[in-house]
Amino acid sequence: MSVRRLRRRIVSGLMTGLVVALCGVAVLALLLILGDLLVKGASSLDWRFFVKNPVPAGQSGGGVANAIVGTAIIVGLGALIGLPVGIGSGLYLAEYGSGRLGWIVRFLADVMNGTPSIVVGVFAWTWLVKPMGHFSAFAGGAALAILMVPMVARTTEEMVRLVPHSLREAALALGYPRWRTSIGIIARTALAGIVTGCLVAVARIAGETAPLLFTALGNLNFSTSINQPMQTLSLQIFTYATGPFEEWHRLAWAAALVLMGLVLVLALGARWAVRQRHDTGR
Amino acid sequence: MTALPIEPVPQATDGEPPVATPRRGGASTANAADRLYKGVLTALALGLPILMLALVEQLTTNAWPAIRQFGWRFVGTSVWDPVAGVFGAAPMIFGTLASSFLAVIIAVPLALGVAVFLTEFAPKAVRQPIAFVVELLAAIPSVVYGLWGVFVLIPFLRTYLVPPLRAVFGWTPFVTGVFYGNSLLAGGIILAIMIVPYIAAVSREVLLAVPGTQREAALGMGATRWEAVWTAVMPYGRAGLIGAVILGLGRALGETMAVTMVIGNRHDISVSVLQPAYTMAAAIANEFSEATTAVYLSALFEVGLILFVITVLVNALARLLIWQVARGTAVGSRAL
Repeated sequence: MSVRRLRRRIVSGLMTGLVVALCGVAVLALLLILGDLLVKGASSLDWRFFVKNPVPAGQSGGGVANAIVGTAIIVGLGALIGLPVGIGSGLYLAEYGSGRLGWIVRFLADVMNGTPSIVVGVFAWTWLVKPMGHFSAFAGGAALAILMVPMVARTTEEMVRLVPHSLREAALALGYPRWRTSIGIIARTALAGIVTGCLVAVARIAGETAPLLFTALGNLNFSTSINQPMQTLSLQIFTYATGPFEEWHRLAWAAALVLMGLVLVLALGARWAVRQRHDTGR
Repeated sequence: MTALPIEPVPQATDGEPPVATPRRGGASTANAADRLYKGVLTALALGLPILMLALVEQLTTNAWPAIRQFGWRFVGTSVWDPVAGVFGAAPMIFGTLASSFLAVIIAVPLALGVAVFLTEFAPKAVRQPIAFVVELLAAIPSVVYGLWGVFVLIPFLRTYLVPPLRAVFGWTPFVTGVFYGNSLLAGGIILAIMIVPYIAAVSREVLLAVPGTQREAALGMGATRWEAVWTAVMPYGRAGLIGAVILGLGRALGETMAVTMVIGNRHDISVSVLQPAYTMAAAIANEFSEATTAVYLSALFEVGLILFVITVLVNALARLLIWQVARGTAVGSRAL
């Protein structure tokens, strides 16, 4: 065996080791963050956190009930507006999207996926908050919906495209009209995948803060009116983390743990939905 | 389902047997329903381009007063004085680019490490779990990264990273000045952790799209496993890998909350990574709601417009590169 051959094998081994190490660092980063979140968050959680509203700065014993309810309302609003538009666009792309319009929509969806969420927030402000004259939960929900549409559209398209062509042909051959084929056969077959895409999108907007800064604004009080400013967990974390009080920092960690838990549940739900598809698809 | 017949139902002529009428009518209703279905989907799909146009129009109109008043001085000068009504955004633009490039430099080796390990070296059993764990990084909300950055990363940097950095690179201009914690370095590292999953996910799909014959040919000619990856697989996916990195860059440019919380928000240009900086997104987040004068608001809109244009260009470039390798797939549009 030549020296050259030996050297090549050593280099190969070293580089493989390096790749493993780099991958390990990335995994380690996640474990560190989740670990800190768990340790610092769990020690700050108590029953008051879930049922009480914030107390004036400096006092202790407050909770973030208003933010928990607010997150549910605003994310719900965003999903209510964003999901139908997103799924519809995705179906269009998959069914009729081979032409020029399809290309444009697809490209814009991909570009919009990368648009900074703060810019979307500014847009929602000029579009909804300024004409209406006040901040509102509705504007926040609309901003989140705008962020959702391209994500949902692209995943829906991808999932619908995975449906075998023979299914469509079989339905059409049996005399099904196109729309019934599309909804009843194609979309239904791809349902688990579409649900996954939707859950992932909801998980992502649930953690968004930037688009809510000038739309939902935040609210120290409990509010369920979508015409009023509303608090969310993400806005609460921002306020508390950048504030000067120890008590606030404690609540910020607790709120972060709850928010992360919510996002994780949605993400795991999405994976579970995919697994369903693979099991039944055979 | 009430479908309005868009075309009139063909009338039965005298000569035809009456039986034919309902059948034709039925087919026509189905056609109308099909057309309605297509119409509804098209209307929904048109929503996206319309939103995009509206967004560009709103940003431009609102930024116009500032564009006219300051011209190129807006991007070239550093004075940001809301009281005097003078606005130069150079430090924000510098901070945005500097923090993003720093992030990319840190993130690229990590992300490529993940992608190469997962596609080429990892045993089958650990591929899915590791991919899931890395993708979870993308699920962590930006504001939670910010929180972690403020209370964990910055103290860590102060104690463990900055002293050795100073010892080794102290002679360069990049690590000078007092380290207060909030700094370009902290912003860059947080951004790096945030974009690793995006770059890794896209790179992985690009590497998976490389035909197995590339690998086999290299191995068949006696290449080691690493040589096969380095000389046959990665060059084949080069355009896609560059696209993945640029996509990560686009993410970093537009990131708001985490960066706002750790970068220090100082309107100043400094090449030292230990100094506070400012980014465009952070400026909008911090100052938008307190912009009291029309020109101040307009200046912030111009910042938003510049940020938007930069990210759109960067993203479009990334897409085109990725599409070359993995044609037409929605690579990277998923968060998880």
